[in-house]
Amino acid sequence: MANLTPELEAERKRICKIAKDCGLDFFETVFELITYDQISQIASYGGFPVRYPHWKFGMEYEQLSKSYEYGLSKIYEMVINTDPCYAYLMEGNSMMDQKLVMAHVYGHCDFFKNNVWFSKTNRKMMDEMANHATRIRRYIDRHGYETVERFIDSCLSIENLIDRHSILNGPAKFVEEAPVTERSPNLFKVEKSYMRNYINPPAEIEKERQRQAENQQQARFPSSPVRDVLSFLIHYAPLEDWQQDILTIIRNEAYYFAPQGMTKTMNEGWASYWHSHMMTRHVLNDSEIIDFADHHSGTTFMQMGGYNPYKVGIELFRDIEERWNKGRFGRDWENCDDVREKKNWDKKTGLGRDKIFEVRKIYNDVTFIDEFLTEDFCVKNKMFVYKLNKETNKFEVDTRDFKAIKAQLLFQMANFGQPIIKIVDANFENRGELLLEHVHEGLDLQPNYMDATMKNLFLLWKRPINMITIMSNEPQLFRFDGKEYTKHSLTAEKPTDDNSMGNLAASSTVSNTGSNTP
Amino acid sequence: MAIREDQNRFKTIIKGKVREDFKKYVTNGELIGRREGEFVKIPLPRIDIPTFRYGPKQDEQGVGQGDGDPQNGQPQQGQPGNGQGQAGENPGEHMLEVEVTMEELADILGEQLELPRILPKGSKNLVAEKNRYSGIAPVGPEGLRKFKQTYKKALTRYISSGTYTPDDPVIIPIRRDYQYRTVKKTQMPHTKAVVIYMMDVSGSMGDEQKEIVRLESFWINTWLKKHYKGLETRFIIHDAAAKEVDEDTFFKTSESGGTLISSAYKLCQQIIQQDYPFDEWNVYPFHFSDGDNWSGEDTRLCMTLLKDFFLPNVNVFSYGQVESKYGSGQFLKDLQKEFDNDERITLSQIDGRDKILDSIKDFLKKGK
Repeated sequence: MANLTPELEAERKRICKIAKDCGLDFFETVFELITYDQISQIASYGGFPVRYPHWKFGMEYEQLSKSYEYGLSKIYEMVINTDPCYAYLMEGNSMMDQKLVMAHVYGHCDFFKNNVWFSKTNRKMMDEMANHATRIRRYIDRHGYETVERFIDSCLSIENLIDRHSILNGPAKFVEEAPVTERSPNLFKVEKSYMRNYINPPAEIEKERQRQAENQQQARFPSSPVRDVLSFLIHYAPLEDWQQDILTIIRNEAYYFAPQGMTKTMNEGWASYWHSHMMTRHVLNDSEIIDFADHHSGTTFMQMGGYNPYKVGIELFRDIEERWNKGRFGRDWENCDDVREKKNWDKKTGLGRDKIFEVRKIYNDVTFIDEFLTEDFCVKNKMFVYKLNKETNKFEVDTRDFKAIKAQLLFQMANFGQPIIKIVDANFENRGELLLEHVHEGLDLQPNYMDATMKNLFLLWKRPINMITIMSNEPQLFRFDGKEYTKHSLTAEKPTDDNSMGNLAASSTVSNTGSNTP
Repeated sequence: MAIREDQNRFKTIIKGKVREDFKKYVTNGELIGRREGEFVKIPLPRIDIPTFRYGPKQDEQGVGQGDGDPQNGQPQQGQPGNGQGQAGENPGEHMLEVEVTMEELADILGEQLELPRILPKGSKNLVAEKNRYSGIAPVGPEGLRKFKQTYKKALTRYISSGTYTPDDPVIIPIRRDYQYRTVKKTQMPHTKAVVIYMMDVSGSMGDEQKEIVRLESFWINTWLKKHYKGLETRFIIHDAAAKEVDEDTFFKTSESGGTLISSAYKLCQQIIQQDYPFDEWNVYPFHFSDGDNWSGEDTRLCMTLLKDFFLPNVNVFSYGQVESKYGSGQFLKDLQKEFDNDERITLSQIDGRDKILDSIKDFLKKGK
């Protein structure tokens, strides 16, 4: 890893100053100049030089290097959310490219620092990632590579089951006391695992269990549905110490990356907006204009029918700036029906620049689109909804209706493309079974993946896993008991918020879905 | 580099060597490149860890940008990719499109099939001598003087005798310092190879069969071209009589007539004797047929030709039998009986398009 050449360093200082003059606010940013191979490796690792050993990074690397070898794609830059910010430039790019990238990076750094959804992320993640890697390597030494790998795979299977809305408060610490249940008799806290059988000898545990079975209370546990499934499992699943630690690591990393997934469009749009502004107004010399135009258009290129977050993001920011400069907001604007009046509307309010700074601070992709994707914007940018035509097996334009467009986009983004899954009961049927609920919002869960994931959950919870969902318009309860899948139709009302289950019509249909192979 | 370990682990899993339980999660994605206007797909397997996610219906719908009239249901060019995917951990990846060359495709083929490099036969190599001026000596003609080395020598002399002054770094070489380029003879192996493709175009070889032959010979050709820069190819078609043709005709001829395989072998022999003396050329005859020869007598004639002429002299003789509903497949059995363990002949049965890769592997795995 090398520092910048004197020439690049001079440019960097200049661009840094320009960025600050434009109002961008960022942590100190350290640039490194590295080879393509190094940047591929870092990109495979999500931006960090060190991660725990796992084939998924190898898979990314395989794809990235093949992609580059066969000339199909090229990474230009990489920047991560830390303090100081680390950014990587690729050796061999032209000076113009490097300048563009630096300008783009400062845009990202400003976003990371100021957008509220990132406010609770760990800015010292560099060290933290290395620490995670060390811990996991230690477990690998102690328990064997394949054992640890299999466990990590089951964790990754549920890595998306976090509570995204808790991000603003920082990842929640789960504090609820577990009531005494059949499966967790009062155990004395054990410091070292080898002492376990001495401090809590199995015979004693059995006696304790029987004692409790007699005083069994029917308390609902958890008392309200839990969306941070990972946290719940960390505390209550029967895991060995090392497993608990690994699950904690996976959860930490998931929460760290979550804001990035939630703000992709905005972040890219913001960075593109600024690189475009800085390059064209301050940085480029005449000879570089054409190359810049070429590069920029390549980045913001949107293939017919494709969705490019850079493009939509930058256009939205520009639109917001124009509207707030011209006063095209507020009640008068909303109520105006005259097309011509709207077209010529210009109150010269000049609030555009301030507004976009405010927007980049507060919004995430969902609220961004919800508020600022207007009908005018859709028309101006020729947006449409596409659908698969089953007969021709081709994608076709379905509608240009604004409401449909917005609904579709929001849907794609809502919960950031992930289904909402909650733990509803951790002592289901009083047998310590886990009951999950999928909050159905119009789309079914993919059945094969659902089955396989439930199987992974079973490996962690060690008791049967149940899932309430709606599949093909029928409310169903799916169950995996360690050996086979069964399916029950739920004829009663859908569970209400206080989680009264209603009748479980267990006898109506029991069928083995037999879908062990997705 | 730590990532290489992860990469190797990934590759080992993909090959199914470990974690067999993962086989079902392997999806065969592809990279798509453009070559001369056509799309080229490069297979890229991925392992998909199952998670709770939405079903296929969601991929059928999404938002895009551009022209298109909803009334006419205008189809879009360029199918949309999956809009979901994992939340991106990497802000800032730009995409550019470039081309893939045939050379690279051949490399991929070699990698995928784990083909060994071909060893050209020792005696068939013409060795060409080349003069390279890479040596160095203290005597030589003035025209071959080496500037840097000369001055370096002078500098060493100055320093060792203590007369070098950094403030006034003037160096004057003397006769003794001069260095000259000299000739070094190097040998450049010069391998020549020819592939002779023979195809049965009798009534029993249909379009599908010819297509299989075409695909297979294309890839074999690409692979061999990689190893022999000046690869020559000759094409023979035969039914009851054999004829040499060019590449286009080889693939386009429609079927007719009976089948006399010996006609092709005789013509092949003629071509070799005329143009490709064995001591100078690596010869690779390939014959594709559906195995239905006219008579046992003709088959015997082929065996004699093979035994006496071809096998002793060619690198490898390869026979590929495609399945056809008219053919009996007898020829393959005869060859197997006659030349069961003979290393110089390679036999392969091509049951259908899916078996093409396996067949190529059969042909090329020996590395000859």
